Amino acid sequence: MSRAEITAVPPASTPEREVVIEVRDLRVTFQGRVGLFEGLRGKKGTLSRAVDGVSLQLRRGEVLALAGESGCGKTTLARAIMGLQPVDGGEIEYEGKPLPRNLKPYRRKVQMVFQDPTGTLNPRQTIYEIIAEGLRIHGIDRGPNGEPEEQLVATALSRAGLRPPERFFLRYPHELSGGQRQRVVIAGALVLEPEVIVADEPVSNLDASVRGEILQLLMKLRDELELTIIIVTHDLGLAWTVADRVAIMYLGRIVEIGPAEDVLLRPEHPYTKALLDVVPEAGGLERPILTGEPPDPTRIPEGCRFHPRCPVVESGRAAELGIESRCRREDLALRELAPEHEAACYEAFIRADAGTATV
Amino acid sequence: MQAPPLRPQTDPPAPVREPESLPELRSPRRIRWIRRRRALARFWKEYRKSGMGMAGLIILVLFLAMALFAIFGDDAGVDPSRTFGPVLAPPSRDYPFGTNDLGISVLTLVVQGSKISLLVGLTATVLSMTIGAAVGVIAGYRGGGVDNLLMRVTDFGLVLPWLALAIVLASLIGQSLGAIILVIGVTSWPATARLVRAQVLSIRERPYIERAKALGGSNTHMIVRHVLPNAMPVILANTILTIAIAILSETALSFLGLGDPTKPSWGTILEDAFSAGATTLGAWWWIAAPGVCITLVVLAFTMCGFAMDEIINPRLKNR
Amino acid sequence: MSEILTLDDVRITYQTSSGGVPAVRGVDMAVQTGEVLGLAGESGCGKSTIAGAILRLLPPKTKIEGSIVLEGENVLEMKPGRLRAVRWTGASIVFQGAMHALNPVQRIGDQIAEAITVHQQAGEKEARVRVGSLLEQVGLPTRRMRDYPHELSGGQKQRVMIAMALACSPALVIADEPTTALDVMVQAQVLRLMKELQRDLGVSMIFITHDLSVLVETSDRLAIMYAGKIVEEGPAETVFHTPQHPYTEALAAAFPEIGDQRFRRKPLGLGGDPPDPAAVPSGCSFHPRCPKAFEECPVIEPELYPAGEGRRAACLLVPAEKPRTEARV
Repeated sequence: MSRAEITAVPPASTPEREVVIEVRDLRVTFQGRVGLFEGLRGKKGTLSRAVDGVSLQLRRGEVLALAGESGCGKTTLARAIMGLQPVDGGEIEYEGKPLPRNLKPYRRKVQMVFQDPTGTLNPRQTIYEIIAEGLRIHGIDRGPNGEPEEQLVATALSRAGLRPPERFFLRYPHELSGGQRQRVVIAGALVLEPEVIVADEPVSNLDASVRGEILQLLMKLRDELELTIIIVTHDLGLAWTVADRVAIMYLGRIVEIGPAEDVLLRPEHPYTKALLDVVPEAGGLERPILTGEPPDPTRIPEGCRFHPRCPVVESGRAAELGIESRCRREDLALRELAPEHEAACYEAFIRADAGTATV
Repeated sequence: MQAPPLRPQTDPPAPVREPESLPELRSPRRIRWIRRRRALARFWKEYRKSGMGMAGLIILVLFLAMALFAIFGDDAGVDPSRTFGPVLAPPSRDYPFGTNDLGISVLTLVVQGSKISLLVGLTATVLSMTIGAAVGVIAGYRGGGVDNLLMRVTDFGLVLPWLALAIVLASLIGQSLGAIILVIGVTSWPATARLVRAQVLSIRERPYIERAKALGGSNTHMIVRHVLPNAMPVILANTILTIAIAILSETALSFLGLGDPTKPSWGTILEDAFSAGATTLGAWWWIAAPGVCITLVVLAFTMCGFAMDEIINPRLKNR
Repeated sequence: MSEILTLDDVRITYQTSSGGVPAVRGVDMAVQTGEVLGLAGESGCGKSTIAGAILRLLPPKTKIEGSIVLEGENVLEMKPGRLRAVRWTGASIVFQGAMHALNPVQRIGDQIAEAITVHQQAGEKEARVRVGSLLEQVGLPTRRMRDYPHELSGGQKQRVMIAMALACSPALVIADEPTTALDVMVQAQVLRLMKELQRDLGVSMIFITHDLSVLVETSDRLAIMYAGKIVEEGPAETVFHTPQHPYTEALAAAFPEIGDQRFRRKPLGLGGDPPDPAAVPSGCSFHPRCPKAFEECPVIEPELYPAGEGRRAACLLVPAEKPRTEARV
């Protein structure tokens, strides 16, 4: 089945939806370590620009997939949105207001699901204690309708598919399977009735047959509780099965963002195309694979940061179009090429301009 | 290509592997107690398998009984201020450990001494562990400059010849039981601090710390709920070993005459024996009795500590 | 084509403190010369245990029954000396954790050369030359043989591991999750390299992973394992695209093709969890999680029934004439 044959369904997220989280020009840098003697001579460690100017709007009830190679800054961005990573520049707004100094109220609204469910659960706590931890931190001892803590914990567990919840109360994490542990992590987030869930590779540590169930659970919760979900993943196939919108990151920037159908079936950026080409499938070994060095956030190239690996530049097509010097020297921002579909590529800009000219 | 007749979006009840039969009680707190008790029982079962650990435990129980007897037993027979029988008599039926230069039964002295030696050993350890654990947890958890500062202080404490420091401190503070405890407590924590810090450093990187942070937990919450419970096994095993060191330290200080003369410990007995010239007088029993006691107690604590460490520390298992 | 490796009714039981745990429960399998067999399944299904058994790398107390015949010789009856010779010259293995399998204080060239000289195939000098050509084969410049492992990236280390596996020109290479720890782009590069080398050298290969989509890309034939048994086998593409066993179907669904509308906003998966090898369900071991299970499934243990050209599947729904009545007697 080729990709072109499939017709797309209209995107679920529409621009009219209310913006829950807005990120503007966010920057996170890491300082590399230096040895004692270099440090004494005033030498600084190399600066690694993990997130290098990202702007993003998250709309209520949508599932946004953040995808890219490791080292592209997707996890750092997610952690920065969670307030777990100090930022060096830019703003994060929640429901139109900048994040306050005291993050505790915000943390109740934005919860995280982690990659490794085994490590995320304290081995010395019972499942009950793990779920009730959030309630206790926030001093919640009754639910909105006066439910006792025990009932809130039970509700969260059964929402996460662990039924009957009482049977799980006094178990320890090591007595559960990987899938069940990830459900416990999700239940621990749900108990605080969050608005947003940030899931960092939520299924990549799980067995293949269990993954679908966990993703289904997230989708069901989105529908029932109107949750907004960010899923960080390296797997574009996963993005296809869950995401409304997909953002592709490369070296700390979003290089393409738009409705999942557009980005995954009609990619504009050569990097997105390259990522799609390496998704394993029958006969896929004949397709091109990017060469060149893997991206290094301590040495971000000038111009379009993808140009050293870009097949458009390499094949000479960029020179043909007369954009090669811009690719190599001029940095560029995202531009809307189709409704809601943005990309940052000079070649795509030319294609879009030609398209509008003929219409 | 056929449509996948896979399960639609349903949510089947997740099957649970039953590890053991759990009484279906309603109160979570009660079952938690039952589970704790079972965990303790499991620990005991493992511990019982260790011959070394059991031998150590039996010796400790005997000495504890001895100390309790010294505290609550008949005072008349063990009052060291009263003289009995012959001077410097070798061990006999009446005086199993012989007598000293004042004719006091060495057995009486040793029983009395056990009280002080164990008391000092235990309290000094509590003090040492509290300081050590606090420094270790703060340094490991906070990291950065705080860690650097605390660890330099710790290194300083580690490289100082502790006996010299203890002598100086003891002569400054004066000769009392409290002073001895304080001196031992404040000189023996650095090793614990290093150990605890190493453990905390690894705990700090565990994802559940990040989860607690994402939930909105404060630093205190993280330390009390996550760091301490997970560092506890290491702290406990280390405590047992520290008691042995503390008892030895007390002996050394008392032997050097820095102990409380009114509260004789095993170390004090040794000092008296030494200054009275027990070696030249041939009164070996005066030195041997407290000496053997010290060796046995220290050995017993060390054996218990090793046995516990073997159970708690999974890396030492199956060796 | 001749068979280079034949497994006949192999049963492997691990000895633990709480009794024996059957990890592999009767596996028949054959690898033809020059063929790539993809072995798929989830954690605990026994796929890595089989790899370990072929090279006899399992813990000493492990009980292995049946026969594993490699190039006409039963591996299970070999004397230790012969076994050492067969390891690496007869069959070699590429492990999952390339990062940890290399000695950090030895130059990579020396590590590869060691594999060659240990098996007395060459002297020091010849070994050097061979190392150089091996590195070039896996796409690394010859001068990298002077590098230490920490100077290489994850993908490059995995290339070194592949070079090492090929060092003694084995007839069979076992690749156990060789790309799991690698990034998407590097994974594609390493997969392509392995496939090219396999074609050029005509070496046989067993490729083990849980990622079915990787196997379709690289393998000629697929064998799907569940709870210590093979539940389906056949040509890679047909097994992946028209699975006969419900478990294969679920596994394939975990790696959907982008653009396939059946999966759009519909992640598909199975309920329940992979079974505990110490407590495998009765009858068909998959029945508690099977969406198509019926009343016979917990009772009758299915065998591998013929299921189309070159294919077999262990599901009671597969055979044309139902084995139910006879099995019940």
